[in-house]
Amino acid sequence: MSFPWAKEYTPQNGLTKFFDEKLPLPRFVYNAVGAGYPVPRNLSYFWNFGVLAGFFLVLQIVTGVVLAMHYASNTQVAFASVEHIMRDVNWGWLMRYTHANGASFFFVVIYIHIFRGLFYASYKPPREMIWLIGVVIFLLMMATAFMGYVLPWGQMSFWGAQVITGLFEAIPLVGPPLKTWLLGGFAPDNAALNRFFSLHFLLPFVIAGAVILHIWALHIPGSSNPTGVEVKGESDTLPFHPYYTAKDGFGLGIALLVFMTFVFFLPNTLGHPDNYIEANPLSTPALIVPEWYFYPFYAILRAFTFDFILPAKLWGVLAMFSAILVWFFLPWLDKGPVRSGHYRPLFRKFFWFGLIPTMAMLFYLGGAPAHEPYVMLSQIFTAYYFLHFLVILPIISSIERPDPLPYSITEAVLGSDKKAVLGENAEPVAT
Amino acid sequence: MASTTGNADATPDVNDGVEGEDGVRRRDFINIAAVSAAGVGGLAVLLPLVSQMAPSADVLAESTTELDISALDVGQSIKAVFRKQPIFVRRLTPAEIEAANAVDVSALRDPATLDEITKPGHGDVLVVMGVCTHLGCVPLGAQEGENKGEFGGYFCPCHGSHYDTAARIRKGPAPTNLAVPDYEFTSDTTIVIG
Repeated sequence: MSFPWAKEYTPQNGLTKFFDEKLPLPRFVYNAVGAGYPVPRNLSYFWNFGVLAGFFLVLQIVTGVVLAMHYASNTQVAFASVEHIMRDVNWGWLMRYTHANGASFFFVVIYIHIFRGLFYASYKPPREMIWLIGVVIFLLMMATAFMGYVLPWGQMSFWGAQVITGLFEAIPLVGPPLKTWLLGGFAPDNAALNRFFSLHFLLPFVIAGAVILHIWALHIPGSSNPTGVEVKGESDTLPFHPYYTAKDGFGLGIALLVFMTFVFFLPNTLGHPDNYIEANPLSTPALIVPEWYFYPFYAILRAFTFDFILPAKLWGVLAMFSAILVWFFLPWLDKGPVRSGHYRPLFRKFFWFGLIPTMAMLFYLGGAPAHEPYVMLSQIFTAYYFLHFLVILPIISSIERPDPLPYSITEAVLGSDKKAVLGENAEPVAT
Repeated sequence: MASTTGNADATPDVNDGVEGEDGVRRRDFINIAAVSAAGVGGLAVLLPLVSQMAPSADVLAESTTELDISALDVGQSIKAVFRKQPIFVRRLTPAEIEAANAVDVSALRDPATLDEITKPGHGDVLVVMGVCTHLGCVPLGAQEGENKGEFGGYFCPCHGSHYDTAARIRKGPAPTNLAVPDYEFTSDTTIVIG
């Protein structure tokens, strides 16, 4: 679907006409990311992050396929094969540092993308399905990243695998046999390493498939925008190409500058030194933490230290998964008629002074040692996290009085529709 | 996107750029500069992606093999390994040398004399890669009792290439003689390959 004023693809020569008749792939691309896709004219740089996420997915697949050409998923040689990549393989260090930091930046970009969606309530009708698929993509990313981190078979790899598969042990009755089944043994070993490698290779392509669904679902209502006001007419939109290819291209340039700064100058800053020690099943590192992008959820996991009807371990696991599962219900928990946080004063306050500091603290606490005061702080912020989505958001979205919305996107940008249509010389409209 | 060009058309003309004093429109300049930068960047990315598939440092480090041939008697052969490929070293008998020299070189598919194939002063030591030049099988003939082919040298069982006592192709589909690796005698009984 598209707006009626979307430009139509017209094949220019014999070859493109041939393709258009037999397999209209150029037409598909034209309508998806070309001039045939009308996009709201007022998108800010926060709308770059979808394209950036797509870029990092491709980057991870390309560098990952390269690394898989040199890596050996056997506990005897896995660690050495990673060092082989670093020292012997031509440009192997670049491939590995790009892949390792690419995972981190993929999550940076995705978190900004998600919080863009949260602030502008992009999950609201008619875009619920885009949001739901997005949450699925995030879960797939977490599984992929976790298994990828196991592959170098360092200390953090091994103990990460031990701890994360240990989560499944908390499930009543089937937990312990389930963990053994997942690992193919009683502790992470060759069987686990091999299946993690296999799945780590497979899942990115599943993610790519989900991304196609995500974009498909997006193109039905079209992109949202910072005002949250739906497109009303042609003057509200611009063709994706060249306007947003240029804007996304510029954003990509900036993102790459930051990213390559890490790859070239801070390649191990986001990792853990312990993972340069080969896995030792007999010795756990002093501070065992996941990769930084899992910190908030790790903090929630560790916040449950007391038994309450159910064992503490099970509470922790349930809370950790619920912290993401709650996102699935957002389109129905947020009852407000207005989308954009710019026009929702109460919502905005709780977003900036409630949710954002809470996430920041959970990020910090997930990497902190497991003792006081961090445990108590984790409990407080975990409580607020769930309170925000399950109680505060439904209440404020029901009671708040939104600020007046602009009549249209064009009015929000130019002040009045008349001016936009007639040009600058038009008489200003009295408001 | 606060474009106020005043077009009735809602999407301003892409090409309406400001023309500078030198007649170059800003938009054209930015376009060409951006595409050029992306092109150069793309090529720079391509280099490591292609290069990573070339032999790595540990593979290249295997590129010399030292062989002691003091125990190699007349008429005997040994197989060695160079770059994960077999090497045949044979100490030719006088009869084999004679047979090799009796051939009309100009009639050969890949003309070469035994002297050109061996090293000066070591005309009886034949060092060749044990890799058939047809499609890479390991020819027979380097071990006792193996089929040496119709010309008494090496015989490739895959597609029936016959090599003579100087490892020259005489019959069958192989295009050239068995390859002679780079090697040198570091003493009378030691050769270094690679």
